Amino acid sequence: MRETALRESARSRIGYNPGGMLSSLASIDWFPFWLSLRVAAIATVVSLLVGLALAYVLARREFRGRELLDALITLPIVLPPTVLGYYLLVLLGGNSAFGRAFESVFGFRLVFTWQAAVVAATFHSVPLLVKSARAALESVDRNLENAARTLGASEGRVFLQITLPLAKRSILAATVFAFARALGDFGVTIMIAGNIPGKTQTMAVAIYDAVQSGNTLPANIMVLIISATAIGILYLTNRLQGARLL
Amino acid sequence: MAQLEFTLRKAFPPAGNSPGFEMDVTLACEAGITVLFGASGSGKTLTLDSLAGLLRPDEGRILLHDSILYDSGSGAWLPPQRRAIGYVVQNYALFPHMSLEQNLAFGIHRLPSLERHRRIHEMLEQFGLAEYAGRRPDELSGGQKQRASIARALVTEPRLLLLDEPVRGLDYPLRADFYEILGSVRERYAIPILLVTHDVAEGFFLGNRMAVYAAGRIVQLGSPEEVFRQPRNPAIARLLGISNVFSGVVEELDPMADRSRLRTPQFAITMPYLPGRFKGDPVRFCIPPEQVALAPRDAPKAPPGRDNRVLVRIAEEVFTPNTVRLRLGVVSDNGSSPGPDANSWIESEVSRAAYQKMKLGQQREWLAELPAGSIHIFAEQ
Repeated sequence: MRETALRESARSRIGYNPGGMLSSLASIDWFPFWLSLRVAAIATVVSLLVGLALAYVLARREFRGRELLDALITLPIVLPPTVLGYYLLVLLGGNSAFGRAFESVFGFRLVFTWQAAVVAATFHSVPLLVKSARAALESVDRNLENAARTLGASEGRVFLQITLPLAKRSILAATVFAFARALGDFGVTIMIAGNIPGKTQTMAVAIYDAVQSGNTLPANIMVLIISATAIGILYLTNRLQGARLL
Repeated sequence: MAQLEFTLRKAFPPAGNSPGFEMDVTLACEAGITVLFGASGSGKTLTLDSLAGLLRPDEGRILLHDSILYDSGSGAWLPPQRRAIGYVVQNYALFPHMSLEQNLAFGIHRLPSLERHRRIHEMLEQFGLAEYAGRRPDELSGGQKQRASIARALVTEPRLLLLDEPVRGLDYPLRADFYEILGSVRERYAIPILLVTHDVAEGFFLGNRMAVYAAGRIVQLGSPEEVFRQPRNPAIARLLGISNVFSGVVEELDPMADRSRLRTPQFAITMPYLPGRFKGDPVRFCIPPEQVALAPRDAPKAPPGRDNRVLVRIAEEVFTPNTVRLRLGVVSDNGSSPGPDANSWIESEVSRAAYQKMKLGQQREWLAELPAGSIHIFAEQ
């Protein structure tokens, strides 16, 4: 008797409740899942465009301060997320020049909106993308690009038909990685987008929230989803880079 | 006016532990093959890169068929895309993600598709690649890749063809194939071809003209025959693999008898009168090893002044498939053995048939004959 009660309480503590599972699933708020997906998808597209441009400049142009630019881009990897988030909050907040300009153009304040979560995710994933894309672009044999030039190809055609296709797999792998990072950002997001349920609460934030308030079931499900996504992404990137896990 | 004329100057300042380098070359080329010959790092590839527009010189100009590709004076600079120059680089630079056919199509994608197909297939046919049109470069052999690379450059109908060590890493039969192809390209396209090599024999028989590079400069220019027979100075002779370089002084000059005599510390040479020199002048001269013949010690005396005989002892024999290279130590009058001094050693290259017929291997001491007509006195000492 006593043993069963103990097991029961243990089960409820970790949220294991086969009977009530279905009804609990139905009552779970799926908003953070969809928001995270949307935020990560947009942030990945933005990171890819911005990251590729930066990576190309770093890999193929020679100018003073190139390594300084590289260091600045890398900074978000090294900075604690809350510090980066604080900088962005100050930079983008309603009292800053940028914040006011944004408000007058788009008609709303950027901070503490889901769009701010996109900014957070983008800042979180761009450095990674630039690093990998720069290495990928640099690994493309310059002789091939030069051969294309002597055959009359414009710089744009050289990039689109020679450089990009040859760096494609690594850049694709980097993009998938960037998506994973965008999906999981916590620190920067909570600083500039906050934790507003139904508005800015992404999965990473929702997990924290659920654990804090003892809602273990939704936390477990979201943890499972994110873990499965992470493993899937690892597998995918390894396949893209030609390695086999098994 | 020549089809191609250029002057290129570019300085690379010393950086880290690499010393500085300066390229300063001027050359005019007609249709046909001009060989750029020289040691690695002497500026040959830099010249090709500058002509192709991949490297911008500090100063100079490039004229190709009367159009200005580059002129530092007026600031004119055509990018590589607009130069219509075919450039076959080392390792060929075929696009690995495209089939052979797509590689050839890359440079002529603006042509109407019918014309494009006709040109590509004509070119593939000409280079014996028709059956490989659909293959990727990594499915081609070294020789096929090389031909594909040249075909890709030629299909655009360039006004100038640049070839950077095209046979590097190819087996001998494939090299022979390439030489044949290059011959037909020369006949078919009346354009200047610049070929970089550091293979002496290749430069000799491929080139209509030969430019010898050393330390960023063209140190000698002429037909291969001229360059080989009359290298301007001992450094060029060494570059060309001519090993018999001697130094001595003018001992006797007799214009009436058309005779002069050169003396090195080890032996003396008699040859026709040398105009423009004085008694006691230091001279350096060379003789190609294959011109050095051997005679038995008791051979009948030649007419005086006809051949120069030096008593030598065979020190080393190196067998190659067709010849034997003999390193001969000069036996001086007092019988002492030859020292490390270059003047004490003569190299001779004889055919294997001659080696066997004369039983050169059975006796050590011989008379080396240095025919006066084969001796070349360097213009620059």
